[in-house]
Amino acid sequence: MALTGLIGVGYVIGHMLGNLQAFRGPSKLNAYASFLRSTGVLLWAVRVMLLGAVLLHSLAAYQLARLSLKGRGVGYYRWQPVASTYASRTMRWTGPTLGLFILFHVLHLTTGTVHPDFQQGNVYANVVTAFRVWYVSAFYIIAMLALGLHLYHGVWSMFQSLGINHPQYNRLIRGVAIFFTVIVVSGFIAIPVGVIIGIVS
Amino acid sequence: MKLTLNVWRQKNAEAKGRMVRYQADDVTPDMSFLEMLDVLNLRLTMEGEEPIAFDSDCREGICGACGMMINGVAHGPRRATTTCQLQMRHFKDGETLDVEPWRSRAFPVIKDLVVDRSSLDRIIEAGGYISVSTGAATDANALLVAKPKADLAMDAAACIGCGACVAACPNASASLFTGAKVSHLALLPQGQPERGQRVTKMVAAMDREGFGNCTMHRECEAVCPKEISVSFIARMNREYLCGSLT
Repeated sequence: MALTGLIGVGYVIGHMLGNLQAFRGPSKLNAYASFLRSTGVLLWAVRVMLLGAVLLHSLAAYQLARLSLKGRGVGYYRWQPVASTYASRTMRWTGPTLGLFILFHVLHLTTGTVHPDFQQGNVYANVVTAFRVWYVSAFYIIAMLALGLHLYHGVWSMFQSLGINHPQYNRLIRGVAIFFTVIVVSGFIAIPVGVIIGIVS
Repeated sequence: MKLTLNVWRQKNAEAKGRMVRYQADDVTPDMSFLEMLDVLNLRLTMEGEEPIAFDSDCREGICGACGMMINGVAHGPRRATTTCQLQMRHFKDGETLDVEPWRSRAFPVIKDLVVDRSSLDRIIEAGGYISVSTGAATDANALLVAKPKADLAMDAAACIGCGACVAACPNASASLFTGAKVSHLALLPQGQPERGQRVTKMVAAMDREGFGNCTMHRECEAVCPKEISVSFIARMNREYLCGSLT
């Protein structure tokens, strides 16, 4: 979970930086997109690796969840959380939500299958058209909030899983997890918000 | 103090069990939770009813025998406090208390609040020890152990095996229990020869018993009467990675 999650975390940083090119104008964003496509085989290799990571992450999560859900046996009449967070308790919801979001996102802005007016190669126009529809923007923003919850717990847990824990560095690790989550989520939400308020048009 | 107790009653392992309400009217603030149950049980016995079965032993917070969910929290509301050390003054007069046994597939209920925790024993049997050919004990001071390591090992060794960690965990994982034992022995010189095998065997035993997996909710650490840290779970993960790669 930690290693496939790490691949996801790395991707999400790169993807966010790429997306933010939208604020530099249509020529810069479309140039970035065609640069990615020009790498040919390399782009496909990365896509396969990402798909593999998402599938392995989902598979591991499913197998572990099955075992863990059976762990309790007879349920409690009353159970009160003491130290767990909303983020930790909802991982099994935010995860599949993000999985479905990824599927939709690829069909929306990569293949254009569910896009109302997809223009191959004109990424900027596709983004603007997509987010001018309020409920599409709302859906993306909700998905990004789910990503925030998922990363807030997931990044910290990744360090725990790999045994990276030391009294001197634990506060730093917690800080990194929070900082990273805030940056990534705001970076992603900035795009639909930018289209709605007219900065990106 | 007058309290209403909503207690899980289960006749035996095969019975279904249910919550039953009782009035506890002569509770004094300085009674421990178990003393209150004793007083209630005395009245039930006099009235010809089956008293509530629960485990206890030392009644001073060190043996790990006692344990029950009180208002949904393992060992009740006080931090680093076992059920036997919980005084009734921490509850309000007239309050209703929900009392349940530890719930886990690996802790079958025997009767009422008594559960079978031999699954934890079987994890220890799988490697939570050092193998020593006994003879005369060596002079303790001849084996040098750095104080910070000794202190850290003692923090891990403080585990009393009560099972609160399993009860509190949303996944019913025994990772804190196993992690504490693995860490305790991995930190000390006597534990080195069997270090690699120990963790893989104990984790395999933990999985075999049907405990869930750790997803870092940190509920375990919060309810542990000995305040054992989740850093020992991270340490167990490190040991497992090293143990399975070397």
